[in-house]
Amino acid sequence: MSIGSVPLRYRISVDHDQCMLCGRCVESCPYGVFRKEGEHIHVNSRVCVACHRCISMCPRDAISLVERPVDYRSHPLWTPQVREAIYNQARTGKIILSGMGNAQDYPVIFDRLVLDACQVTNPSIDPLREPMELRTYLGKKPSHLDFQKIDGDTVLETKLSPNLMVETPIMIGHMSYGAISLNAQKSLARAVTECGTFMGTGEGGLHESLYPYQNHMIVQVASGRFGVDINYLERGAAIEIKIGQGAKPGLGGHLPGEKVCADVSCTRMIPEGSDAISPAPHHDIYSIEDLKQLVRSLKEATEWKKPVFVKIAAVHNSAAIAAGIARSSADAVVIDGFRGGTGAAPRVFRDHVGIPIEAAVASVDAKLRSQGIRNEVSIIASGGIRESADVAKVIALGADAVYIGTAALVAMGCRVCGTCYKGLCPWGIATQRPDLVARLDPDVASANVANLIHAWTLELSELMGAAGINSIESLRGNRDRLRGYLLDESIMKILDIKTVGA
Amino acid sequence: MCGIIGVIDRTRQCMDGTGIRAALSQMDERGSGEGAGYAVYGAFPDFKDYYAVHVFFDNLHETKPLVEEELSKWGIIEHQEAIPTYDQPNIRKVHFPWRFFFKPDSHLMPWSTTPADDIVTHLVMKINSSIPGALVYASGKNVAVFKASGWPEDVADFYRIQDYKGYLWLGHNRYPTNTPGWWGGAHPFNLLHWSVVHNGEITSYGTNRRYIESYGYRCSMYTDTEVVAYLFDLLIRRHGLSIETAVKALAPPFWDEIDQMPERDKEIMRAIRLTYGSALMNGPFAIVVANHDSMVGFTDRIKLRPLVSGELGNRLYISSEEAAIRTMEPDVGEIIMPKAGEPVIGRVRG
Repeated sequence: MSIGSVPLRYRISVDHDQCMLCGRCVESCPYGVFRKEGEHIHVNSRVCVACHRCISMCPRDAISLVERPVDYRSHPLWTPQVREAIYNQARTGKIILSGMGNAQDYPVIFDRLVLDACQVTNPSIDPLREPMELRTYLGKKPSHLDFQKIDGDTVLETKLSPNLMVETPIMIGHMSYGAISLNAQKSLARAVTECGTFMGTGEGGLHESLYPYQNHMIVQVASGRFGVDINYLERGAAIEIKIGQGAKPGLGGHLPGEKVCADVSCTRMIPEGSDAISPAPHHDIYSIEDLKQLVRSLKEATEWKKPVFVKIAAVHNSAAIAAGIARSSADAVVIDGFRGGTGAAPRVFRDHVGIPIEAAVASVDAKLRSQGIRNEVSIIASGGIRESADVAKVIALGADAVYIGTAALVAMGCRVCGTCYKGLCPWGIATQRPDLVARLDPDVASANVANLIHAWTLELSELMGAAGINSIESLRGNRDRLRGYLLDESIMKILDIKTVGA
Repeated sequence: MCGIIGVIDRTRQCMDGTGIRAALSQMDERGSGEGAGYAVYGAFPDFKDYYAVHVFFDNLHETKPLVEEELSKWGIIEHQEAIPTYDQPNIRKVHFPWRFFFKPDSHLMPWSTTPADDIVTHLVMKINSSIPGALVYASGKNVAVFKASGWPEDVADFYRIQDYKGYLWLGHNRYPTNTPGWWGGAHPFNLLHWSVVHNGEITSYGTNRRYIESYGYRCSMYTDTEVVAYLFDLLIRRHGLSIETAVKALAPPFWDEIDQMPERDKEIMRAIRLTYGSALMNGPFAIVVANHDSMVGFTDRIKLRPLVSGELGNRLYISSEEAAIRTMEPDVGEIIMPKAGEPVIGRVRG
């Protein structure tokens, strides 16, 4: 104990004048912050993670929370986070685990980009009165079409590859059963089915109760191959090979044994209670030609009926990697930026490895175009998409569609406390404990997620209409409709945009 | 704004420039006196097999030798001349318009299936992006382009277009917002056999430009219209699409309409939209595009700019305004208003 205890992260206090001793806070908190003794609620602030469950359940607004109630001596370099990480590692000698996305204070490029609107010289289009098309096809497209005239009829000779049709370019990314609860997956699945879009299964197999939604699910094949068999592949609308993840580029998956309950173990096809650690690389992929073999094997197994996506983390060389993927028979490349969320990742990776999605999409799109192979693959952007404006901006930078993750969880109640890896999510999302899972009602949560997708889709329509665009393909890669606000020259060059005023 | 007009004679009977001058001037309300132009097919019967490379030079001493050198690398200049101009009080001659009659040496591009066209396209892109003070603004065979900064009637008199004859004329009266006063910004835009006049603003320009540039075209004129000429060249000459299919790619029906189509049409339309999504032109526009054999007019998918057409005898007229057509041909019959995205096509016979 030479280091001693570190100051509280959060202080919880109860206004005893307001408190009516209903005990909801005690029931709500799986971390054990609250304890009722006689006519008094006692608080242990040290175990609080700021999930806000108690605050949202308190009928009297009697609970308040203060972040960092105890100051360290302020220092620009030796921040409280840095000091506490050292205390932690000095004690444990271990890698620090973290959840959710990058928590480092990097500038957000999205927030330095502004969109365009029409004035006078061209009319804006009102989506309430005119058609507005967000329908997107994901997959390989021909570079040109061949027609033949047969008896005066025009006949299309070119054969199209299978594509996924989404009614809105907003999909939900891969969050596995295991990382999140079955109720959470069910809620997401019902929402995407209602909205005409898709979600990913993650590397956790496809639970039987999700079979009714399988036409809207993209099944994932990752390095651990958890849950993968022919039944699984055939059920998915598309197949995604996960090479990397934005929150932890260069690493495999990590599901703590605490979250591997009986049902999860069946779906993943692994022993109950065992840590599900998928390896950093695929053990059959040591170069791009191996990826091509896997892509083609999966297509062969499913009779070339399904698009195959390849997901990579956004890293320095993403553009060249994506160009390789485009030549591998893959139908889409998913790029996951360094702000992408995760259930569990080493903090050092989450905060320090990878690049922002904005720069990665811009360079991938430019590289594919320069090689004349942009039609070979669709680009799906993910990692830190927070609102409809981010969707519009990343599509203007060159993406075909986006995956959202954290935003969909927030729509179900998640407060982004970043403690997913503990398996005690009080919102019933990132947990497998039956009493906690039961807190998430799929009827309500699916409506919330569907509302979010609808709302963003409406906002996207309005943004496009204001820019005089009535079809999403005219926004895609249309960087002329973006301007950089106080972005430096080098970033603007990569994004291929001009500054405000230019 | 901007006013556009085009006329084609299906039997290749020639017209001089008097009629189109009057018609375009009728639409002065649509312009601002800062840009006008004409294109005429069949203008150079004596040099009809040579590419008529039109260049605006800022000065003849420094830049013309550079252009001659580039052209000579790829073929022979059969003849060259200053384009005759006649001073007008309202036109300041800031460029020297020049034309070369050029024959490319097809052997120099053995990998191409259309080597002569590809050599000329390459030269246009190269000169416009690498020789400051020289702008190639037309490059087709037997097609002349006349444009400058001024009112339509002044530009017509500046070049005396009444002295030229052709079976297909395009005219454009400009209200510039982007590059006022710059002769290169005036329409028609021409590349090889394609000439374009355009009223509107292409809101998908950024997407279209990146798409077309990935096929080796270079957009160098700071305006959205040139991309139309390049798209037609790509889709029709290089990809072999019919004019009807190309127009469907550039201004396609909405998905709601496609979903209602019979199965075969649906499949074709879906393939077109998937393949040519980046070529789709958005925003308000009315466009008339011409080549040696045809003229096609079409508008954006919700017709945010006017386009009407009329016929008399062998002649088809397309314009922003009925009044302009009637100025040129008072006896024209019924005036048709084509639907959004639906092309009006006139073809020469035989």
